[in-house]
Amino acid sequence: MGKSKVQLKKCDRVCISVPAATAIRAALLIQRWYRQYVARLEMRRRCTWNIFQSIEYAGEQDQIKLYNFFGFLMDHFTPASSERNLICHIFRKNEICRDIDWERYFCYRSIEVPDSYTGPHLTFPMTFCGVSKLVEAFKHKQQLHARYVLQLLGETWRLLRILPNINQVSACHTKEITICGDLHGHLEDLLLIFYKNGLPSSDKPYVFNGDYVDRGKNSLEILLILFGFLLVYPNDVHLNRGNHEDHIVNLRYGFTKEVLGKYRVHGKKILKLLQKIFSWLPLATVIDQKVLIVHGGISDTTDLDTIGRVDRHKYVSALKAPKHHAVNGSTTQTMNRNREANLPEEGRRRVYSMNHCSSASAYRYNLQHRSLHSQSISSHLNCSVEEELKMRRRMAGFDQSYRKLSQSDSDSDPESGETTETDEHQWKQIVDMLWSDPMAQNGCVPNEVRGGGCYWGPDVTEEVLGRHNLQLLIRSHECKQEGYEFCHNRRVLTIFSASNYYEVGSNRGAYIRMGSDLVPHFIQYQASRTCMELTLRQSVGWTERSALRALREQLFVHKSDLISAFQEFDPHNTGKISLRNWASATEKVLNLGLPWRVLRPQLVNRTQYGMVDYQQWIRELSITEPKLEVSDNSILETMYKNHSNLETIFRIIDTDHSGLISFEEFHQTWKLLSTHLKMEISDKAIADLAQSIDFNKDGSIDINEFMEAFRLVDLSAHS
Amino acid sequence: MVSDVHKKIKAAFEAFDYETNNTVDVREIGTIIYSLGCFPSQTDLHDFIAEVEEDHTGYIHLDKFLPAMAKILLEHKYPPIPEDILLQAFEVLDKEKKGYLEPEELANYMTQEGELFTQEEMDEMLTALADHEKDLIYYKDILSQLTIDPEL
Repeated sequence: MGKSKVQLKKCDRVCISVPAATAIRAALLIQRWYRQYVARLEMRRRCTWNIFQSIEYAGEQDQIKLYNFFGFLMDHFTPASSERNLICHIFRKNEICRDIDWERYFCYRSIEVPDSYTGPHLTFPMTFCGVSKLVEAFKHKQQLHARYVLQLLGETWRLLRILPNINQVSACHTKEITICGDLHGHLEDLLLIFYKNGLPSSDKPYVFNGDYVDRGKNSLEILLILFGFLLVYPNDVHLNRGNHEDHIVNLRYGFTKEVLGKYRVHGKKILKLLQKIFSWLPLATVIDQKVLIVHGGISDTTDLDTIGRVDRHKYVSALKAPKHHAVNGSTTQTMNRNREANLPEEGRRRVYSMNHCSSASAYRYNLQHRSLHSQSISSHLNCSVEEELKMRRRMAGFDQSYRKLSQSDSDSDPESGETTETDEHQWKQIVDMLWSDPMAQNGCVPNEVRGGGCYWGPDVTEEVLGRHNLQLLIRSHECKQEGYEFCHNRRVLTIFSASNYYEVGSNRGAYIRMGSDLVPHFIQYQASRTCMELTLRQSVGWTERSALRALREQLFVHKSDLISAFQEFDPHNTGKISLRNWASATEKVLNLGLPWRVLRPQLVNRTQYGMVDYQQWIRELSITEPKLEVSDNSILETMYKNHSNLETIFRIIDTDHSGLISFEEFHQTWKLLSTHLKMEISDKAIADLAQSIDFNKDGSIDINEFMEAFRLVDLSAHS
Repeated sequence: MVSDVHKKIKAAFEAFDYETNNTVDVREIGTIIYSLGCFPSQTDLHDFIAEVEEDHTGYIHLDKFLPAMAKILLEHKYPPIPEDILLQAFEVLDKEKKGYLEPEELANYMTQEGELFTQEEMDEMLTALADHEKDLIYYKDILSQLTIDPEL
């Protein structure tokens, strides 16, 4: 083929016009080449996507495990145990019980707005002008004064309390309804939606489907804007609760930090009020009794009548079961359902069996509360956490067969209130609605990737929709490259409104417009001027570099485990293993379900005859070590691996939300963490760590500074 | 050698096997084949799909895909286009030998000749290849840039 082309070229030089046949051949070549190029980029984009998503979901699962661990501590430790005291306030119902007392606590009236304040002033009742002013102010990066924040939130709380669990909306001929998905603090996306679609009004009804907060840096502004519109148009603006409208989740994913950073004096109060507001957010919206909109999804037990009847505000955090978690063996629990169900072995969903089920959750739901307490407890009062845990686990081993439970002890909480099967059932329904994801296979299995809710299949969609006479389920919760995606024969629609969620250029956002015909129309967008100017290749490249950085970080923090795993494949200590073994060892350690063989060229740049020198490769993972000298290297690695857990525990312990904890609390944090991870961390190691951070000044440590000091920096980012 | 080929094919296939049941949507086949380093034409793709698709279900099963794809790889059936040939192709279209192509010039050919580009494909190509300031396609530069992408 080449030869004839050359001959033609010679001919071309003589004639000016191009023979048609030649032009066609040239065009064909270029088209073929370009399509191949785009396809390879697409392949890389998919892999990048998988990386981000796996790491994200693994983080969620991690947090739930931590939370369950706390729950276990709360349920099974003696009242005197000091570790228990540290975290008990996140489980304890509040001292002030009556709403009227709360109103007094949240009162804004005593807060003065100084003359120097240049932000927007709000008047109540809220008006359309007032909210528009607020939107403009936020567009110009102003901050609303705490007085107005509390006032606005107070009004919101009052309104939400009279709303039903399920919003009923009708799509009539003149008004199209706009439906938005996750925003996650991305104010620029909300502003973009308002710009393209118009502000909410009685002519322009909106439904927002949860996850307004966390990750992005303008979560609070988004809430204030949405609540503002809700107050002005309570019949035309509908807010659903998402799994991130949850103060426990907020501890880890940034919202708590954001509020405390922006409102140093009143942040704690604002957070408390938001906690109540979140619990009062409606759980679902139904349009014309035909279209169901919930944040996560459904399960095979979803029943809208039940949901309609629950006291939704009882479930302050969806992660926490109602009081007295010990339960009848016959009811199924989210974490332990369907053990016998056929779980696919691997794949995108990574629905693997919970083989580390020695975790707290098993104990939480299977132990007989009373029988443990009948043991002589007094002798164990001085036990350390680890010792007590060991003992409990031993006992649990004997008690696994114990199913029937009598009245549970109310020592963990001052209130009475019995466990009812109904409570558990209701709680599960709510968790499922907020946490579940669709899957391609039939059936309904626990969502072990995220750690909460379930995976439901097309058969469940048909059954649930059929049972309720619905035609479409709109949900959010999962980031989609195009901002939206259908599944289950177009009966389930995912809508996600935070563009560039993982990284600039990673995905578009989208929203839905729906008229009385109930046919969804999509509008997509991508905020950020920068990414609009990027070529396809550049945006894929950028996102990919970011994903690889995140992945290298994961590899780095699991250094020791990786080396051990590699050594298992290298019994003769040659220092080299095959690529295939490299891939399976890496997956075994990281458990992210990624296509390691495909990723290999991006992660391992030197191989010889298909073998990897793993020691060298680990050394070359160019992540910086902190400048602090620590005697015990394993504590460092634990620090990196459990970065988020550590921060979560710090923030929980920091009861007055000051951002500072004492050395004693610091010590307790590490003890807690080590128990959760079932590993030894010596007192000396902790003391050394504390020493390397200057405590001299006031004996307390700034959480933010501490976490910053250990932030991992990928050196290769600068190469 | 054959088993290596099989592994490579499986790895590429798995990236699109969302249901973990060894099937992929037929619309992803092109991407998979391209990502394995092959350069089939659209006609080649259609023929291939016709051979391996599961009776118009819209899905392709690994059992059929693997041997067919292995054959393609081992026979080098859709070899890459050498850079110099590609350059000549661009030069053919660049009638006046300017050293660049104007967007309309390229668009005319791509959307009217050969295996036509859709408008979307065309827009994307122009965004990807055109020099931002001058809005011209300096094909020589592009070729050297784009062909050193890492192999997947």
